[in-house]
Amino acid sequence: MIPEIGHYALILALCVAVVQGSLPIYGAAVGNSMLMSVAKPAARGQFLLVLLAFCCLGYAFAAKDFSVLYVAATSNSQLPLHYRIAAIWGAHEGSLLLWVFILSIWMVAVSFFSTHLPEAMRARILGVMGLVSVGFLLFMLTVSNPFERLIPAAFDGRDLNPLLQDPGMVIHPPMLYMGYVGFSVAFSFAIAALLGGTLDAAWARWSRPWTTVAWCFLTVGVAMGSGWAYYELGWGGWWFWDPVENASFMPWLAGTALIHSLAVTDKRGGFKAWSVLLAILAFSLSLLGTFLVRSGVLTSVHAFATDPKRGLFILVFLAVVIGGSLVLYAWRAPRVGLGGGFSLISREGMLLANNVLLVAALGSVLLGTLYPLFLDALDLGKISVGPPYFDTVFVPLMTPAIFLMGIGPLAQWKKTSLPELATRLRWAFAVSIVTALALPFTLGHWTPLVSLGLLLAIWIVTTAAVDLRERLAHADGSSLLGRLAAMPRSYWGMLLAHCGVALFIVGVTMVKGFEVEQDLRMNVGQTATIGGYTFQFDGTQQYKGPNYIAARGTFHVTQDGRDVTVMYPEKRRYTVQNQTMTEAAISPGFARDLYVSLGEPLDDGAWSVRLYHKPFVDWIWGGCLIMALGGILAVSDRRYRLAWRHKEADVPAATQMARQTVS
Amino acid sequence: MKPRQKRFVLIGLGLVALAVAAMLVLNAFQSNLVFFFTPTQVANAEVPKGRGFRIGGMVEAGSLTREGDGLTVHFVVTDLAKRVPVTFKGILPDLFKEGKGVVAQGQLGADGTFLASEVLAKHDENYMPPEAAAALAKAKAAGAQSSRTLVVNPREEPR
Repeated sequence: MIPEIGHYALILALCVAVVQGSLPIYGAAVGNSMLMSVAKPAARGQFLLVLLAFCCLGYAFAAKDFSVLYVAATSNSQLPLHYRIAAIWGAHEGSLLLWVFILSIWMVAVSFFSTHLPEAMRARILGVMGLVSVGFLLFMLTVSNPFERLIPAAFDGRDLNPLLQDPGMVIHPPMLYMGYVGFSVAFSFAIAALLGGTLDAAWARWSRPWTTVAWCFLTVGVAMGSGWAYYELGWGGWWFWDPVENASFMPWLAGTALIHSLAVTDKRGGFKAWSVLLAILAFSLSLLGTFLVRSGVLTSVHAFATDPKRGLFILVFLAVVIGGSLVLYAWRAPRVGLGGGFSLISREGMLLANNVLLVAALGSVLLGTLYPLFLDALDLGKISVGPPYFDTVFVPLMTPAIFLMGIGPLAQWKKTSLPELATRLRWAFAVSIVTALALPFTLGHWTPLVSLGLLLAIWIVTTAAVDLRERLAHADGSSLLGRLAAMPRSYWGMLLAHCGVALFIVGVTMVKGFEVEQDLRMNVGQTATIGGYTFQFDGTQQYKGPNYIAARGTFHVTQDGRDVTVMYPEKRRYTVQNQTMTEAAISPGFARDLYVSLGEPLDDGAWSVRLYHKPFVDWIWGGCLIMALGGILAVSDRRYRLAWRHKEADVPAATQMARQTVS
Repeated sequence: MKPRQKRFVLIGLGLVALAVAAMLVLNAFQSNLVFFFTPTQVANAEVPKGRGFRIGGMVEAGSLTREGDGLTVHFVVTDLAKRVPVTFKGILPDLFKEGKGVVAQGQLGADGTFLASEVLAKHDENYMPPEAAAALAKAKAAGAQSSRTLVVNPREEPR
């Protein structure tokens, strides 16, 4: 009964979505304010209906209702409750429901925080989001229904994939989807602007906070995925350039470019058409990512052939969304205009270069991800594109982008002078070069890549320091604290996010340059030393978990004879699927991680063991978190709150800037 | 500079950047493509010499042996038509099992042994890696390897 209610709620949600996607847009076109006012209640109603469906599926999982096919396929009676709930998004159908649920959350948010928007704009935005929702709901109801019954009911479920039975997996997909789907708001803003034919600085100011929030979620989501791979897969890697990862990374690159391009549109009225195109691109890649990962096409392109309806729907949907918006773009973008002119050597010019580089990087990832799929689909042979490809392409593309990241904030809008910039930055440059050359020697060994990485990281931090100092010198206020407080929060946000990138680069550089890995056979009582740490293996013991049995190893770690920690890596066998899983033991630290994972049992209680010493690896995720924090700080800036509080749509940017500096 | 000239410079720079990026990409692409071959193709000497590639198929039951160091393993990959002996030093992934699908990357040694640098098993228990499944299908193995174990729908790779 409960699953049927969920199913029925989805059908109703589809009806509401159809209304929301048609009437308000039509109303905006003919100027009928009654039709436009349908958008808000429709969005909220749709949210309630999808929430109901979501809860129904959650209930089916909690109540172990194995007469629901999806529940039987992804959970088991012995699976703990929190993983049963997380199993809602453990596979294809439920992920789509989560997607729609999150879309409806964003819709409700838009309906609440858009009171300052012109009515036609709001109607169009919610209308476009409604149309996206129609696509997903149709998909679920026709070919991928999470509430489908299994008759007769299964005696017990097939269990959730053990890899997913992890706290990280509980939060990672919702985070990622908040990011993916969040770009639908930027997308809807862009489409609404194209439909309305007006695109000004105010438009950019409205879409900026939405885009930034989505980007923050996506940043955290991608970082969590990477962290999960690091500790759950048991071989110590944090990024494999695997198609699943690339699928989440591509929208991130597009979103990062979009944030920077929107800044120009907001402050200078430039890059208008480009911002719109990036918004379309970011959302299209989010859709592509969702489907790539969740349709099974990556496991085998022939998954499409075994379930042609599903594959066909996805292709048609992608074609309609991407093709449709590009056609609209080609038709309406000339009206939107390119925006104001600027000199090549200016902040706009540098942001443009940054955008081109990010998009080029995005293109190379797209090529490496999709090309093997195309070849395979056309039966032209099976190939794979190895991680070295991405590494070789990424470093040269990102190096100039990061170099510009240091200069950009110091450059003036419109036109700036290179010699003057060089004078202002000479100390930052000298300090970066000297430190980057010298530091690796003190750390042990010098390689060009380590130096390059450190150079870029130090460059970001030193240029940020120069920038901050100059701005403080020009700020009003008597005390240093007062002047610090006078800086707008969006500025602090930018600074923080950029420093996050620096931390990230330090992490990557140090891990790539200095990590030590050793695979070896260890007898009980034997010791091994890596990176100055001595690991003593004290054998394994059996124990029984809720739905698995495990061998747990004990390792005593010492450094120079002092006890550091005791580590307990595990080898688990999940009984339902008879699947073996490695649970690595990690001892995290500010400057290093120690990582131990069990390989296979050998004779006499000995095991093959994998030991790692990973310097600064946690800085990788720390850097990502700080980037996201920077984004949140930027969104909390006064100028956006002002826009929400007063219903003033068209405060010229200059007035607002003046206000900020005064306050 | 006049606006028109400026636009040309902009477009020109954009094109140069694109060309450089394309060159980098294609260059790296060329040297990092890893081709996939079946044991039959290996046996027929269709594989490139001195370049890494991937093979896939089934780990032959009872073929796994381990050397005294606990790390070096030998096993046979088969598509049920031809067999290729494989040597690998390292820790095998959790999903590696005799009688199950496997994909390995490495080079062919002089004696016809495949020296694997990496053994991949990024698939779940019931699911063959697509390359391995394709290799089996290609060798026209009888229906013994059908995916009857797939109860509902093939679970996609997590993440």
